[in-house]
Order: sequence, then C-alpha cells, then structure tokens
Amino acid sequence: MAIKLPIYMDNHATTPVDPRVVDTMLPYFNEKFGNSASRNHSFGWTAEEAVENARAQVARLINATPKEIVFTSGATESDNLAIKGVAEMYREKGNHIITQVTEHKAVLDACKRLEKYGYEVTYLPVGKDGRVDLDELRGTITPKTILITIMYANNEIGTIQPVAEIGKIAKEKGVFFHTDAVQACGKIPVDVQRDNIDLLSISAHKMYGPKGVGALYVRRRNPRVQLASIIDGGGHERGMRSGTLNVPGIVGFGKAAELCQQEMPEESKRMLALRERLKENIFSKLDEVYINGSMIHRLPNNMNISFAFVEGESLLMGINDVAVSSGSACTSATLEPSYVLKALGVGEDLAHTSIRFGLGRFNTEEEVDYVSNRVIEVVNRLRELSPLYEMAKEGVDLSKMSWKA
Amino acid sequence: MAYSDKVVDHYSNPRNVGSLPKEDPNVGTGLVGAPECGDVMKLQMRINPETQVIEEAKFKTFGCGSAIASSSLATEWVKGKTVEEALAIKNTDIVRELSLPPVKIHCSVLAEDAIKAAIGDWKKKAGVETPTPAGSAHE
Repeated sequence: MAIKLPIYMDNHATTPVDPRVVDTMLPYFNEKFGNSASRNHSFGWTAEEAVENARAQVARLINATPKEIVFTSGATESDNLAIKGVAEMYREKGNHIITQVTEHKAVLDACKRLEKYGYEVTYLPVGKDGRVDLDELRGTITPKTILITIMYANNEIGTIQPVAEIGKIAKEKGVFFHTDAVQACGKIPVDVQRDNIDLLSISAHKMYGPKGVGALYVRRRNPRVQLASIIDGGGHERGMRSGTLNVPGIVGFGKAAELCQQEMPEESKRMLALRERLKENIFSKLDEVYINGSMIHRLPNNMNISFAFVEGESLLMGINDVAVSSGSACTSATLEPSYVLKALGVGEDLAHTSIRFGLGRFNTEEEVDYVSNRVIEVVNRLRELSPLYEMAKEGVDLSKMSWKA
Repeated sequence: MAYSDKVVDHYSNPRNVGSLPKEDPNVGTGLVGAPECGDVMKLQMRINPETQVIEEAKFKTFGCGSAIASSSLATEWVKGKTVEEALAIKNTDIVRELSLPPVKIHCSVLAEDAIKAAIGDWKKKAGVETPTPAGSAHE
C-alpha cells in the first residue's frame, strides 16, 4: 500500500474525526438542528434526545451515570470549572489545593489564578518516571485542603499517574479528587467508581471526536460534589454550565466515546505494538537516544525520545513530511524547552532534543517504518552537522565545558 | 512557523560543513552558544598569515534551522574576505539575507559572535596585534 504523505503522528495534540463520528453528526447541522433547551416543539425534543443519548455514551466510557456528565466547550473549560468551581463553593471549608508540576497549563494556570485570590496551592514534584510520590501527597494534605487535581496521563510523556491510589487517599481524607483525563479517556480503561474520582475532565477531539466539545464528570453521590458555575446564563447543564448546547458536537462526542469503548481492547494492543515497533526501529539504528518518562506506567500510544546532540526543531524541519511534535503543541510557540521534561530532571541540553510521537487509530505499520526511517536519516545527517556530537565522540565531557552563551 | 526559502536552502544544503585542525596555527576556532540554550556553533577559519585573507571556513552547528542557516551563510560570507572585512559583518546583515523572524534574531547574533570568536582565537595564536573594531553592535 502506498503511503500518503504527510503522515500524522501527533495524536496527543488532536485526532482526526472518525468518519463514523462525522456521519452521526451530520443530520444535526441542518436537519435536526433544534435547540435542546426548546421544550415546546419536536425540533427541541429531537435535539434533547440526541444530547441525552450522547450523555449516556460518555458516561459509560468512564463508568459514571449520565446525570454526572456536564458538557463543556472542551477540557480546558472542564479543568477551569472543576478547579475554580470547587474553590469557590468550598471556600469556607478551606483554601488549599494540591496539584503537581507536569499538569497541563489549563490546570496550572487555573491554580495560579486562584493563588491571586488568596488560595494556597501545593505543586508536588514528580520523580524521574514522571509520577508523584504518594507519601508526599499524603503528607501535604491539611485540614484546609479542598481539592487534589492530578492528571490521569501526561500529554507529553504519556506517564500514567497512580490515580487509584490518589483516589483512595483523597476519599480517606475527605478531599475532592479531580483528574484531567484528556489523554487517558478512550485509550485506557478509566473508571470513576474503581478509582474514587470525584471530578474528571474529558475532551472529544483527543478521542476521534470533534473539537470544541468536552465534558466534566461531577460526582453526585458518595460524596456529592457541588460546583459554583463560571459561565452564567440560562442555567443549562443543571446550572453548572450555561449556554446553548453544541448539539452536533455533543452527538459526535457520544459516538466517539462509544467507538473508543468498543474498540479499546483491540486498539490499545495495536497501539502498543506500533509503539514498540517505532522504538525498536529507532533504538536498533541510533546511539545516544533516551526515552523520557516511565516505560511501565505509560499510555500505549505515546513515545517521547531525546536524540542527544540534535536540536528538536531542526529535526522537525528535516522530517517535514511527518507531523510529530517537540514539546507540546500549546507551548511550541516558545523557544523554552518543555517544562514537563525539566520536571523529570531531564537536562536542558537533552530537553532541547526531544520529540513526542503520538500514535493514533489511523496509523499503520508502514507509516511507523517510514517515520522511523526518516527520523534515523535526519538524526544522522544533523549529527554530522553537530559540534556536540563531534566533541562527544572525541571524548569531551560536555557537562564539564564552560559555555559562553 | 514557516521558514524562508533561503533558510530552507541552507538547512537542506549546508555549505562548508566540517572541521579544520584546531592545533594548526593558521586556524582560528570559535565555539559559541550553550547546549542548554539549544544552540551551539563552531566556526573555523584558515587564515593566510601574510595576507590575512580567510582562505577556508568550516562550521558545525547544533541548533534550529535558522541557526544552521546563519552559520552556513557566515562561512560563505567570510571566505575570501580579509579578517578586517569579516569582522565588519553584522548580525543584521544575516537577518536581512535570511529574512529571519524576530524570535530567530539570536541565531544571527550567535553567528556574528562565532566569526569574532574564531578570528579572536586566530589572532591570539598568531600573535597578531590588530585593533578590534569598537564594540560589537548587535541590533
């Protein structure tokens, strides 16, 4: 089969919408275009029925009940609603929030905003494997702690946090647990009951659904979580998120969730096989390559590799028929190396050389082979160009050099 | 970010890649930048001690496409120039030639620094006493 270029292998940034999802959405643009809040005619009822069906599909993916799903514009909004909503609602109980350093900016910046309003935020460090230390987490909880917000899986290095253990600690201490599960949902089994999760953010466009739609799971029982809304208006979504619902988007989200749930057992195996193939290809042909993040607690579709002595942006420029990422897409406009890699203790020199590969539903073995060959070829070429590679081969210890920056 | 055609050309076909023997008294070596900053340039020149003409220039660069292009262009420009002429190359000349965007101006600064460092190294080795032009004016 001929390979179609360019190849997309940046599925942590976004995923293509599955054609089956598109088909499900289409009637809701012009044929069944009603406002799901219109209670007095069939256009509204049809739209409402479709939204409720999608709500059930999304709920099933994470073992929640439909009433616990609040639709939003995406996971950034979900993160903001969870964090700011709990902070405002439970201000009298306490003002302390615990998070960790490799969170997505939507969580980190929401926390930073709250600090301006007098909240205290603890940013837990992570180990070399990218995971928080549970004893450290436990030791950080005070009577003032109202929320722990720790992601399910990281968007750059695919590291899966010990979510079940965190949920247990949170429950034991009577603190709410929010998790940004954008990268995990649809890729690995997520279960809010098993893991004692109280709030969970999901995005449709990371699981072959459309952009501009997401959800926040808000636990209703044992314990019930209440939220102050951040968008006020018509009182949609049980008052937690006003605004006319994005019916076609939500319908697509529901279908995407259903497909992920159905195909996960087979698909995650296939992702893992592709990932191992990519790793084998690269590691068998290149020296001085390093994997960032845990290989044990890792999303099956993620690979993040530092190619020592080759600067990431120049590598991307060389493989311009392949879409991968250096750093995360949200920060790729800056020249700073990834804060996630820095948090793992990856030196800045190696952080500048990292590439994130995000495999997805539509990638094939042929594509993996093509991408690895291109990477190998360009890394070799750039190393020929690299004074650092030359010095390292001459036995110079680069860490002991004094650089005139 | 879209690169200019000239940057792409230098990146795809870098000129004068390689190394010269750094112990050679007629070779000046400039190594500037730092791995932590994501850019390191090594620029070397073989300079005729009689005429002070740069007869050969080689580079190796760790850095983005613009850094590679800036150093590749620098080797092209210094070749055949006298030391004094080469010292007159300004980073802004490189910015203009390669149409570098503002976030990539530091690459041109580094290339200018590399030229100055290589010539400085050669002068030290050759014991040449020439007045260095007053202050390097990065813009």
